[in-house]
Amino acid sequence: MKIVIVGCGRVGAALAESFDALGNEVIIIDITTRAFDRLSDEFRGSAIRGDGTDEDVLRRAGAEGADVFLAFTEGDNRNVMAAQVAAENLGAARVIAKINDPVRAAAYSDLGIATICRTTMQSDAVHLYLGLPTSDMPGVIAPTGRHHGGEHHEPVRPAAGGTEA
Amino acid sequence: MFVLVVGGGKVGYYLAKELIESNHEVVVMEKDRARAAQITDEIGSIVVAQDGCEGKYLGEAGCARADIVAAVTGDDEDNLVICQMAKHHFDVRRTIARVNNPKNEDLFRHLGVDEIISPTRMILGSIEQDIPVHELLHLGGLGGSELEIIEAHLQDGSPAIGRTTGELSIPEGCSLFAVVRDGVASPLRPDTVLRSGDKVIAIGRADCEAMLHEQLIGSEPEALRPGL
Repeated sequence: MKIVIVGCGRVGAALAESFDALGNEVIIIDITTRAFDRLSDEFRGSAIRGDGTDEDVLRRAGAEGADVFLAFTEGDNRNVMAAQVAAENLGAARVIAKINDPVRAAAYSDLGIATICRTTMQSDAVHLYLGLPTSDMPGVIAPTGRHHGGEHHEPVRPAAGGTEA
Repeated sequence: MFVLVVGGGKVGYYLAKELIESNHEVVVMEKDRARAAQITDEIGSIVVAQDGCEGKYLGEAGCARADIVAAVTGDDEDNLVICQMAKHHFDVRRTIARVNNPKNEDLFRHLGVDEIISPTRMILGSIEQDIPVHELLHLGGLGGSELEIIEAHLQDGSPAIGRTTGELSIPEGCSLFAVVRDGVASPLRPDTVLRSGDKVIAIGRADCEAMLHEQLIGSEPEALRPGL
């Protein structure tokens, strides 16, 4: 699979390495080259510096037609924008945006972008540990609606179950 | 009219001020507390000092009953999210976004933002008007549509000179409607014979441009304008 990751933070770098180790083609993009220090020397994918919300940058990086596109920068809105560029203009098949605001995360899954919300996941994890009721939200909220401008492609396929919190 | 302005920079500030002077109800969202306090001092307590990208605070600022939401922060991605949240989560009828990168205009339009204002594009348009290139000039967009008003300055070598507009192959979805000759504007009729020096004004979608260029200017268009 071709997997594109925008944002080489702890999570982005860890995912890049694990996908690479599983034999996938991995392209990771970050706005600073320093971020790539997180990647181990064994990483065989491409690490490209650039703004992951910029369509030209994404195209130059080879993001077109990705099987999986992950928007995992520190900014919710940058992730939303990168994910929508990927889904709308670059034909990415499965797109996940990290959105830490629970309201925005739910709203965008209604709009056809799978989202992952750290706030809900961590709060659920604490509740679970303490034996308190949880939100019952899956780790990755699958897209429930069609993406707004998505008349020219099928809705993003829902992820197979959520990840554990 | 209740207008929710998100972003209390220069644009948001003057926008709010003008709207209040025209007796509209205005709320400004500005996440920088110092800036929010400054606006409150100057135009009164109409400021919600919170991040307008966050669903919870948009709701608290009254987004659900806003007639118009204007997203005028300095960041394109924030303005996109504000408009999408307003539109799809709060059912706001009309959303307006400021866009800095002209390349984002199509994406925003495609994703449902009703009105897109691009200062970069406007300045670029102004500069183009001053450059005597053999190109099409973009005079402006028509609100709420993908149509643009385009000017073609016919110079020697243009294949349109000496022909009537009826003889040209004008792409579908595009219309030549006026000619400016010696400073006088007149409507274009199918039998108007075009001359060197004419400025032909057309309305059409951006994708008609290559064809218009070929018919009125000749040769291949140069990529003067980003986003094409």
